[in-house]
Amino acid sequence: MLPFLARRLLQLIPTLFFVSLIIFSLQQLLPGDPALAMAGEERDPAVLAQIRHEYRLDKPVYVQYVYWVGGVLSGNLGESMRLKEPVLNLIAQKFPVTLQLALMAIVFSLTIGVTAGVLSAVKKDTVVDYAVNIVALWGISTPNFWLGILLIFLFAVHLGWLPASGYVGPFEDFWLSLQTTILPAFVLGNSFAAVLMRHTRSAMLQAMGSDYVRTARAKGLAERVVVLKHAMRNALTPVVTLGALEFGTLLSGAVLTEQVFSIPGFGKLIVDSVFNRDYQVVQGVTLITATTYILLNLLADIAYVLIDPRLRS
Amino acid sequence: MAVAEALAVELSEESPGARARRRLLRRKSAVLGLVIIVLLVLVALLAPLIAPYDPVQQSWTAIRKPPSAQHWFGTDESGRDVLARVMFGARASLLAGVVSISIALTLGVPVGLLAGYGGRWIDVLISRITDAMLAIPFLILAIALAAFLGPSLPNAMIAIGVTATPIFVRLTRGQVMAVKVEDYVEAARAVGNPPVRIALKHILPNILPALIVQATISIATAIIAEASLSFLGLGQQPPAPSWGSMLNTAQRFLTNAPWMAVWPGLAIFLAVLSFNILGDGLRDALDPKER
Repeated sequence: MLPFLARRLLQLIPTLFFVSLIIFSLQQLLPGDPALAMAGEERDPAVLAQIRHEYRLDKPVYVQYVYWVGGVLSGNLGESMRLKEPVLNLIAQKFPVTLQLALMAIVFSLTIGVTAGVLSAVKKDTVVDYAVNIVALWGISTPNFWLGILLIFLFAVHLGWLPASGYVGPFEDFWLSLQTTILPAFVLGNSFAAVLMRHTRSAMLQAMGSDYVRTARAKGLAERVVVLKHAMRNALTPVVTLGALEFGTLLSGAVLTEQVFSIPGFGKLIVDSVFNRDYQVVQGVTLITATTYILLNLLADIAYVLIDPRLRS
Repeated sequence: MAVAEALAVELSEESPGARARRRLLRRKSAVLGLVIIVLLVLVALLAPLIAPYDPVQQSWTAIRKPPSAQHWFGTDESGRDVLARVMFGARASLLAGVVSISIALTLGVPVGLLAGYGGRWIDVLISRITDAMLAIPFLILAIALAAFLGPSLPNAMIAIGVTATPIFVRLTRGQVMAVKVEDYVEAARAVGNPPVRIALKHILPNILPALIVQATISIATAIIAEASLSFLGLGQQPPAPSWGSMLNTAQRFLTNAPWMAVWPGLAIFLAVLSFNILGDGLRDALDPKER
């Protein structure tokens, strides 16, 4: 296990290096003078000179990169031009909101996706199977911001059951928090549930056709035991680790979901920063998202090896 | 009897292209996807001729009118015809889907060929860069790129294209790795063909089916991505119509004019669904394991 862990950790270094290089390079895409673009409406030469000095725009690009990475490694992602606050603080404030949404979305997707996927495989080529396939295709093809708008219309505007937008933290008022997050979490988890349905179905079909399931049936075990204890347990290992891999998709989805429901999370922070030309925040959020995704992948790999002893060699 | 006939057809001198076409046409859902795509392309191309109104023409006497005989899909907050805007919006969405994936193919396939067929160090370098790009969630990278490039439809297409590139690098590399040990590639090398010729003449045609399937499914992703960027204000700029920006506006008038939110969303859904089911059908038709 230790050599595996060491090897995986070593592999992270070049990936993180290139991630930092890509995110740093974004700044080079700014048309014209980056200082002018960063300053926005401000045209005072003294301010521009200060920006150039502060971000070392007067130095060669590689020097700028070294300084930027040095800052990142010491926990300094820069400062928001608009809010005059360290980017890391902003991320620390917004991340728990998105995390709550993402976790709720994952719980919802796992419950619906895995159940429907198992049912679809067990009832292959029946009405249930066709229905699950249609629902999965619908889930994959529906843009989540459209689904969000439709659900706001139904549950907030038309029925008046839930608030149309806004957010309340779970520690402030648990029930109100649930009311403000249930629709966004459903919207966010929708396409992930569809992906899970498809993966669970194919993993289950593979497991159901394997020798150990045939042996379990030959022993005279009840079909329920064969499906739940023998097939599902093996089929679900890759499906559960898929959760970590799909976390990136959830974060992408959160950008739109938070915009639709006006939830002050990670996604809304990046969109607001884009429109306020707060490029340091855009870079910081992108970097933290990528790093989180890479670390979750590592955890998924470790979990996979822990669950499946055959992979340890 | 039917099985024997099918087998006879399979074993006859049928070209791979014809076989794939026959297998694709046997799948009803794929044919349905293809029909919807053809219809959408026709609507996009013929929009100036078939659209009932000018998509940017404002009318202060027809503000937020519900669907009627004059305006089948209703009108928006400036009195513009929603049907005309949905028809013209097909242009932005389909163009973004096709152009951005063409960018991804143009960049990704040669780099993938180089990684799969070049030396070990080139492969390691390209693979690490690909890993790094794939580590940044698709839409977040596209938003960041579009933000730094500036909001416009061409920039959104570039952003989506560049973001989708690593998918094609990885796919091409993997396919090349599998194909380059085949006997016919060994034979081509043995008779002295230069590496570029082997890659282009012998390897590329054999990995084409996998690329076609991925490109079709990626167009669906690109259409959603363009709609998302336009929804956020980073794609097509007003007053030019795009399905994403129409939904953005519609959100503000949900109480008084809910129809404004229905049609553009339905159009995105149909376009994405049709490319997804065509992609699924193509995978079944082109995947040798399915034969």
